[in-house]
Amino acid sequence: MCISRLVLLQSMQKIASDASGITIACVAGADREERDVKIGTPKEVVDGEARVAMTPESARALQKLGYETLIETGAGAAAGFSDAAYKDAGVEVVKTGAALFKAADVVTKVRPPNDTEVKRLRDGQTLISFFYPGSNADLMDKVAKKGATVIAMDMVPRISRAQKMDALSSMANIAGYRAVIEAGNNFGRFFTGQVTAAGKVPPAKVLIVGAGVAGLAAIGTATSLGAITYAFDVRPEVAEQVESMGAEFVFLDFEEEQADGAATGGYAAVSSPEFREAQLAKFRELAPEIDIVITTALIPNRDAPELWTADMVAAMKPGSVIVDLAAERGGNCKLTVMDEKIVTDNGVTIIGYTDFPSRMAAQASTLYSNNIRHMMTDLTPEKDGVVNQNMEDDVIRGATITYQKEITFPPPPPKVQAIAAVKKEPTKVKTPEEIRAEEVAAFKAQTKQQVIILGIGALVMLIIGAYAPASFMQHFIVFALSCFIGFQVIWKVAHALHTPLMAITNAISGIVILGALLQIGSGSWLVVLLATISVLIATINVVGGFMVTRRMLAMFQKS
Amino acid sequence: MSIGIVSAAYIAASVLFILALGGLSNIESAKRAVWYGIGGMAIAVVATIFGPDSGNYLLLLIAIAAGSYAGYYVAGRVQMTEMPQLVAALHSFVGLAAVFIGLNAELELQSVLAMNEAAREGLTGFAAVLAHKESVEISILKVEVFLGIFIGAVTFTGSVVAFGKLAGKISGSAEKLPGGHMLNLGALIASVILGVMFFNGAGIWTMVAVIVIAGFIGWHLIMGIGGADMPVVVSMLNSYSGWAAAAIGFTLGNDLLIVTGALVGSSGAILSYIMCKAMNRKFVSVILGGFGGPSGPQMAVEGEQVSIETDGVAAALNDADSVVIIPGYGMAVAQAQQSVSELVRKLRDKGKTVRFAIHPVAGRLPGHMNVLLAEARVPYDIVMEMDEINDDFPKTDVAIVIGSNDIVNPAAQDDPNSLIAGMPVLEVWKAKQVFVMKRGQGTGYSGIENPLFFKDNTRMFYGDAKASLDKLLPMID
Repeated sequence: MCISRLVLLQSMQKIASDASGITIACVAGADREERDVKIGTPKEVVDGEARVAMTPESARALQKLGYETLIETGAGAAAGFSDAAYKDAGVEVVKTGAALFKAADVVTKVRPPNDTEVKRLRDGQTLISFFYPGSNADLMDKVAKKGATVIAMDMVPRISRAQKMDALSSMANIAGYRAVIEAGNNFGRFFTGQVTAAGKVPPAKVLIVGAGVAGLAAIGTATSLGAITYAFDVRPEVAEQVESMGAEFVFLDFEEEQADGAATGGYAAVSSPEFREAQLAKFRELAPEIDIVITTALIPNRDAPELWTADMVAAMKPGSVIVDLAAERGGNCKLTVMDEKIVTDNGVTIIGYTDFPSRMAAQASTLYSNNIRHMMTDLTPEKDGVVNQNMEDDVIRGATITYQKEITFPPPPPKVQAIAAVKKEPTKVKTPEEIRAEEVAAFKAQTKQQVIILGIGALVMLIIGAYAPASFMQHFIVFALSCFIGFQVIWKVAHALHTPLMAITNAISGIVILGALLQIGSGSWLVVLLATISVLIATINVVGGFMVTRRMLAMFQKS
Repeated sequence: MSIGIVSAAYIAASVLFILALGGLSNIESAKRAVWYGIGGMAIAVVATIFGPDSGNYLLLLIAIAAGSYAGYYVAGRVQMTEMPQLVAALHSFVGLAAVFIGLNAELELQSVLAMNEAAREGLTGFAAVLAHKESVEISILKVEVFLGIFIGAVTFTGSVVAFGKLAGKISGSAEKLPGGHMLNLGALIASVILGVMFFNGAGIWTMVAVIVIAGFIGWHLIMGIGGADMPVVVSMLNSYSGWAAAAIGFTLGNDLLIVTGALVGSSGAILSYIMCKAMNRKFVSVILGGFGGPSGPQMAVEGEQVSIETDGVAAALNDADSVVIIPGYGMAVAQAQQSVSELVRKLRDKGKTVRFAIHPVAGRLPGHMNVLLAEARVPYDIVMEMDEINDDFPKTDVAIVIGSNDIVNPAAQDDPNSLIAGMPVLEVWKAKQVFVMKRGQGTGYSGIENPLFFKDNTRMFYGDAKASLDKLLPMID
């Protein structure tokens, strides 16, 4: 305790001396020097919500950041985490929600707070949850007046650094998976084709509309269950991702250049009426043969576009299933009823649930609590258990919607572009004639170069030959030819053998021993002495060089 | 043995040397090629000893026996990580021998010239060859002696310094005396002047002065070149030792020396060229030492370096199907090749594809990494060259960078103002995940920031490479 207080004091001093004044520590008000900062998670109050914002595992990670952790009793029960498991992880279990809000400095939740919870918030407290500030302006107002800081998990900017806290993506991933499972649950046949003793079973055909995170997860699930999967998206650049997941991308016969998704932060934009027509025509063509349709098409801040019309539903076979993941925004199919499963007159099941993540509460809670933990890691750069609300940080600034009694939504555009806009270089396809012409030009250039080098070489030889005596020229021919052979041979040496090459050339350059051998018979004692030393060291070179080369080469083993 | 048989032996030796070098084109034939080299050398030495021009056999035998023992002892004891310094040390021997032999040639020449006609007729050996030279030939001989001594002395001191730097006995950083390359230029001019005096009949003292001055050039030149440029330096010295041998061959009128010297000289020259190409630097700028100033503002590096612990690396490796390891000098320094090999063996036993990507200038000697990995019993067919593996990174799950930096720097491709712009690099950042094993947050040899460390798919695995790997090994299951 003593140490942590010291750290706390130091960080307070550091903050006080921070001239920019941007970094302000958000520590609980009254008794800040008395205790550690506490992170608490209440039980979700919305009916049917089974997720929880803290798991025993995430609690341990938060404790490593220097925080104390609290949980309301029974908060994790619906997701399969018992109070005992939390206690084992060192989490303090609090009896009531009211007590938890009182004790915690940072409250982490899944759903936006209801009115009771807003009343419990206090000045200086931080709330981390989904908030949907775009459609919850009143709620945001109330919280701001209370003085609590709100970090909305749905507002985390879509930049690569923030992916680890992108809760929308982790929830969409679960929704995509669960959509296929729900569809399978309501679909009376196998996904995978089989030839059995009792007869042949055709594989199911699944169409996924919208290849975002949920769409891609759905594609992965459907293909791994063995269905023939098609996918469509208005952003042609995702075709590659779709195909990498094992589905077939549905291309339209349409000329218009689609807006690059990179301009809108990776989200889809509204398409032109002509494009929409082409798209619907393609779907109409596909409808009779598709068994399962999963629609995930959403455009930010708009109602879901209608992509699967009533006549397409009518054209589908009885027993087919439609899962509309856009049900919350009115649905991609107009027949969808939010939060319900209906069966049409021609026997097509349409599922409009909106609580897919909650239906997989254990998985969803694990991922969501990890997203929160990553957010806390970014909020605690010093790992000292002190929240550092750095409003200069793109991610923290983007997700913070109320701060110091002010509404800070919408955030300014992030300094880092969401996705680097890829400049498409027009790649010119060369005609065979052009390629041929280039080859000829390259050949000519090479010939020219070689002729020039040969010419210069011949000239140098001529000049030397004109002045040097014949005895020198004889040796010079040998020298020039040896250089030539050397260049021819060495270029072919494998890169891996460059060190043995150096060692063996070292050994054979010990050939200077011959010079010394020729001189050692001299009459002069000085010559003999120098020659003897030369023989000695050249021999070291020869023997050492060959030995070490052999040693090295023997080590190269084939697997 | 008659002069004819000696010549025939020399032809055989030349052919064998050419076959020895040519055989290095692949690893299996290389194992045979080294025997060609040994055979060639044996033939040449035996033919010369028993040829008409040798003598003083007792002394000769003692010198050869002592030299053989020393060579055998050193070659048997040397660690593979010490190969660069061994190679440098051996170069210095060739240089020194060339200097002595050059001096001897001059001494003999003087004594022969001092003799009268009758005495000359009675000469044998090298002296007899000298005795029959005309005056033009004698001036050419003097030029050859000068070249042999000059190149030999530069090679000698240069190799000694390179040895010191590689062995860590001298600081590896680039250091120059005040005056820098002007000093070298001055020394070169002084040598040439002394040489001209020598051609015109000045005494042997001029050559002794040339040895001192050339020795200074070699020392100063290599002192001014930093550690990571050593692959170029060592191959350059390799080349010089060859040229020195060739110059001595001219002096002595010995064709085998000329052939061999030319082979070694061109081999070293090509290696230097390959190394420079791999660093996208001019040979001259490597020799002049250090990196130049930046040509414009360099791109700011965005993002943060995220570190990772051993368990995270182990988890990623356990999940990965294809792994590429990029070793650098840091692996040699940490002596981590055995641990790397063990890791590879474990991963391969689990059916994962594991390969190595070797940049041409990784390490301190051309091909240094290949030898270290071979020593650690990594099969050579999973050790790839840069061009073979660069296209495979997008299909790679995990890339592990062990102690290399500049050779995996994306700035070489992305930032036209970077000091290493245009240098071919290993595109590790295209792998799904990259782990960088590194001691701390420092920069590489070029002193520039590496944006790879800040990429989203990069995790920094700090610590000594060997210790980290040994911690990692038990977690791979």
